Amino acid sequence: MNPSLFKSLGFRAGLVSVLIFVFILAAWHAATLPSRPAAAPTTAVSAEQAEYDKLMGKSAPAAGEAAKTTGFPTLAQMGDTIVKQLSNPFYDNGPNDKGIAIQLAYSLARVGLGFLIACAVAIPLGFLIGMSPLLRRALDPYIQVLKPISPLAWMPLALYTIKDSSISGVFVIFICSVWPMLLNTAFGVASVKREWLNVASTLEVKPLRKALKVILPAAAPTILTGMRISMGIAWLVIVAAEMLVGGTGIGYFVWNEWNNLSLTNVIFAILVIGVVGMLLDLLFARLQRAVTYVE
Amino acid sequence: MEGFLRVEKLGKAFVADKPVFSDVSFKLDRGEFVCIIGHSGCGKTTILNVIAGLDTASTGHVFMDGREVAGPSLERGVVFQSHALMPWLTVRKNIAFAVESRWPEKSAAQIDEAVRAAVELVGLTPAIDKLPSQLSGGMKQRVGIARAFAIQPKMLLLDEPFGALDALTRGTIQEELISIVRKTQQTVFMITHDVDEAILLADRILLMKNGGETSSGYVPGGVAEVVVNTLPKDRSRQTLHHLDGYYELRNNIVDFLVTRAKHH
Repeated sequence: MNPSLFKSLGFRAGLVSVLIFVFILAAWHAATLPSRPAAAPTTAVSAEQAEYDKLMGKSAPAAGEAAKTTGFPTLAQMGDTIVKQLSNPFYDNGPNDKGIAIQLAYSLARVGLGFLIACAVAIPLGFLIGMSPLLRRALDPYIQVLKPISPLAWMPLALYTIKDSSISGVFVIFICSVWPMLLNTAFGVASVKREWLNVASTLEVKPLRKALKVILPAAAPTILTGMRISMGIAWLVIVAAEMLVGGTGIGYFVWNEWNNLSLTNVIFAILVIGVVGMLLDLLFARLQRAVTYVE
Repeated sequence: MEGFLRVEKLGKAFVADKPVFSDVSFKLDRGEFVCIIGHSGCGKTTILNVIAGLDTASTGHVFMDGREVAGPSLERGVVFQSHALMPWLTVRKNIAFAVESRWPEKSAAQIDEAVRAAVELVGLTPAIDKLPSQLSGGMKQRVGIARAFAIQPKMLLLDEPFGALDALTRGTIQEELISIVRKTQQTVFMITHDVDEAILLADRILLMKNGGETSSGYVPGGVAEVVVNTLPKDRSRQTLHHLDGYYELRNNIVDFLVTRAKHH
């Protein structure tokens, strides 16, 4: 083995990550270990008692099988669920039983649509606010009041006016992603270097060309930062929104599996939400890098 | 018509009744190279910006080619002190942006041809596809100069373009500038802090005085003296200090800057 490999920070960090993962799995395993029934007289259960237990959802422990001490799923059950979900992600057995990929697609479509509408509103408006001190001051009170409102607080109003739960979800995504983009765009546009604008002026560049060729690329890193923050918030909010409106989506999936008391599915969904959120963030980090310039 | 560029009774006041400078009048003939020298805060950059159309004067007017300067124009190329290149564009695209602005009707091939000619003028052909961040300070400033020349302006305004460069680089670019200006017969107005630079480049040197409080009240700044450069036209950096009259000229300007440019 190359000894310098062990010295590289990346390798050592990766090693620690793996160790932490192993530790978590071990802790999980230890915490869900079945405790040995202390010579429990399993045979002492009467037939009626066994029938009653069955009705209550507690199957009588078969002879030799250990009694569980906790309802929390074991690693084996968890692994089983992950394999089952991932091996058939596209099944559709009716409104309450759809594959994880289909639920994810619903959520991503809502987030994507709400986010795109927010871009279409926030970026042009941010440009105007950034370029016009008058508009900035005039719109500031509205932005300051609207920005801190929890996006879910809009839900009843959205449901009443739009009368469609799915579109209401899109609206909630729109309203939560619009603010960081709007503020970052306005800030980025307002802080474009004077000298670049002077160059554009001495070259008699028309306003639209100036906006697209000078201000947009100059402000792009700041705008992308806003978009990245917005996407992060949108992905947080979609889960809560779908729990509220129900029907489809990863948030609804979590709630539905909670109602089914299927903790393995809930945990699986939580992991999926985390991974997809990470991938979305990586995507925007990459876009951000593509438009960042070194002065 | 007399005076290609006419600056008439220019004044700028940020505080009422205490103008930074006032009553600044001078003329530039076509093909003339004029430098303006003065201490910081005397208003050199403001004068240049007013000529460029980027700033407005409190009083007075600027005329170029018989028309009053009312705003920025492609007829006046500006080289900024901080090079002002767009950092997200390569050298080629930075200059192409200027060329496209000047001649929107040109085809892509024609634009690229003009860009390559401008880059070759400053000897940066090998770096044409580099980003400004990959260039040295001197190279960036060369690109700034190439961009200003690329639009073939009627006159060139240079705002202390070599101020941030080391002495060796500065010398080389000065010589390049001389040869380009001679070749193109450009009219140039340039700000500098460097006395030798002014003597090397300029046909005339305007000496500016700072405004300030005197025993008889506030006196605004302005152009105090005009020095005509009598050294031969083909002077070069290497032989400049051997020329007759060089030290006389230099001492005169340095004396002005040390003793007469500020109110004591």
